[in-house]
Amino acid sequence: MLKTFPKGGIHPPENKITADKETVTLPIPKKVIIPVSQHIGAPAKVIVKKNDKVKTGQMIAQSNGFVSACIHSSVSGTVFKVDNIPDAGGYKRLAVVINVEEDEWLDTIDRSEDIIKEINSDKNEILKKIHDAGVVGLGGATFPTHVKLLPPKSMKPEVLIINGAECEPYLTADYRLMLEKSEELLIGIKILMKALSVNKAVIGIENNKPDAINKLETLSGNYDNILIAALKTKYPQGGEKQLIKAVTGKEVPSGELPVKVGAVVQNVGTVFAVYEAVQKNKPLIDRIVTVTGKYLSNPGNFKVRIGTSVKELINTAGGLPENTGKIISGGPMMGRALITDNTGITKGTSGILILSEQESKRRSIKPCIRCAKCVEVCPMGLEPFFLMALSRKTLFEKTENEGIFDCIECGSCSYICPSDRPLLDFIRLSKKEVALIRKAKRIK
Amino acid sequence: MSKLIVSLSPHQFGSNSVKKLMFGVLIALLPTLFVSVWYFGLGAITIIVTSVLSSVFFEYVFTRFLLKKPSTISDGSAILTGLLLAFNLPSNLPFWLVIIGAFFAIVVAKISFGGIGSNIFNPALAGRVFLLISWPVQMTSWPEPSPLSKHLLGYTDVTTGATPLGVLSEGLRSGESATKLISRVPDYLQLFMGNAGGSIGEVGAAAILIGLVYMLMKKIISWHIPVSILGTVAIFTGILWFANPDKFADPLFHLLSGGIMLGAVFMATDYVTSPMSKRGMLIYGVGIGLLTVVIRVWGAFPEGVSFAILIMNAFVPLINMYIKPKRFGKNKR
Repeated sequence: MLKTFPKGGIHPPENKITADKETVTLPIPKKVIIPVSQHIGAPAKVIVKKNDKVKTGQMIAQSNGFVSACIHSSVSGTVFKVDNIPDAGGYKRLAVVINVEEDEWLDTIDRSEDIIKEINSDKNEILKKIHDAGVVGLGGATFPTHVKLLPPKSMKPEVLIINGAECEPYLTADYRLMLEKSEELLIGIKILMKALSVNKAVIGIENNKPDAINKLETLSGNYDNILIAALKTKYPQGGEKQLIKAVTGKEVPSGELPVKVGAVVQNVGTVFAVYEAVQKNKPLIDRIVTVTGKYLSNPGNFKVRIGTSVKELINTAGGLPENTGKIISGGPMMGRALITDNTGITKGTSGILILSEQESKRRSIKPCIRCAKCVEVCPMGLEPFFLMALSRKTLFEKTENEGIFDCIECGSCSYICPSDRPLLDFIRLSKKEVALIRKAKRIK
Repeated sequence: MSKLIVSLSPHQFGSNSVKKLMFGVLIALLPTLFVSVWYFGLGAITIIVTSVLSSVFFEYVFTRFLLKKPSTISDGSAILTGLLLAFNLPSNLPFWLVIIGAFFAIVVAKISFGGIGSNIFNPALAGRVFLLISWPVQMTSWPEPSPLSKHLLGYTDVTTGATPLGVLSEGLRSGESATKLISRVPDYLQLFMGNAGGSIGEVGAAAILIGLVYMLMKKIISWHIPVSILGTVAIFTGILWFANPDKFADPLFHLLSGGIMLGAVFMATDYVTSPMSKRGMLIYGVGIGLLTVVIRVWGAFPEGVSFAILIMNAFVPLINMYIKPKRFGKNKR
């Protein structure tokens, strides 16, 4: 029996166009723009200044607080400026711009292809290395990984769950990683198990990736206590709470951390970054990005230095098609539409998806016919139609009791609605308003 | 490059639409349409055509000129209401009564509440019950069915008789035993195929069940409402029958006769007037089942499905208020 979460979910067309495309390393760009806030939490503190020479892998901004992450130069060269630069959403954010000269790496980084199996670091060393390497969750949430590995004292992790579901349509970066770097991933999992002191790990993979399941299943025989769970192909299988429910059968209580039920979830991309950080001393300066879209002439999976411009990446994939309507960072269900392609790849960019104008248009909104399909597909057991109705009437406070903060913003409700109602838009609006109300109450 | 389009996620949408759903239900009604024309000939055709055309006409005129909104007839909901109303009428009803029924269904029960999605009561059933109360004689005269031959060309001038439920109700009142009365109505196979007196579309459980299977396969509806209604009727009448088979008919008779099949599969499952959560749907279905049996067994009318559904329609907002779906990560012991 395939494992899955019991309630809700949808089956959007998979469109994994780039599944068979081997990862290609993108040439080093001439210039990189590296924002100092590529993670959830406090922005890192810049420690370089204009005209400084930096090497590849050198730290350029230091983590600033408990929930924060270090940022490293992904290239060698000269710091051109440290300035507020508009990001993909149009907001000005502090970033370091580096003009590339050569590709001179820090000596401490092991650049060989050798796989190092033996884990010599102890628990604290592992955590320190992960912290120093600026590793964050690469599934898209970009939560600093070292923080996730230090759960509150009162809760004890029991199982490490590796998210290889990749339930977003189009994206194949995690899939390629599982195929191409299987051994490294298993070592990375061992490292994380050591850091968490757990003796069980489960890799959850949707069954639309049978070769990844087979390969990891065969190799995991050489490693103790790492299991593979084949998951039903259903969106949002890779949602943290859905994945935990599918693998362990436990429900993370509303408003609690996953570790409350003994689970810690890490994305496969993150695991690979952990392997490189601990075994190779390599900070997080590159990642695999799927560049895809039905009208791209050369879609593929690319290994990209952080800070490379989206434009450059799209050019490698065949250039922006004439009929482009949207450029999305991430997948079609939860990704963010970019306002420009003149922006850099960050740690959280799992994919660049190009949609045509036709695909980008929303259909006109029709009246709700109360078909209850949004209720049926909501994986959190909420009533999207009701939340939207309350939000439209600006009854934001009431949405709090209706569980609006349990919403994981997976978009299944908006996807399924036969009347094309923007359910999630209104839910987001209300979430924001309720957060403001809560804040105002605290100030009082 | 022209300007990029920016909006919030999701960026991809399913291919569902109101139109697709409504036409899906219409396709599911085709077997029933076939059975009704087969057994009631010209009468059925006249009523169906009149009802559908006048429903669409009223929908168009009143949406465009009263609500002053863009016409909604292309979504198929008015066609569906018209067809369902026709299926709830006897085949010899004068056509002007059909038009009045369609007016009540579309204008009073639907548009005056704000149009599609806003009505509280099932429009087709509201139309039917309005006619039943206002013209009880015409509404309870039931032409005898005959396989597309004898009165193919008959409309209002056909021989009439009682429905199986009518026979039962009458007979029980005059003290006859249920077993004997049931032997007098068409046998269960005939009832199953539709060879019995009744509203145009309520006869023929087989055709309706084919429609149910189609709608379940296409995920147009879920099983909760039809199964809970039919299950409740079966269990409730089963208990009564077990207690006294002389006074009460058996469950199979109750399931195959009257409008319970049409009601459970096509009328009660109307999106707008049924609950939003699965548990709510079950409560709603059980309520309809119970009320139907209570009216059939102890009420003044031989049949009670329409009343039961309309009564439960009124409870839907209450059900939606108190019966919530099971939240993820809540109420877990």
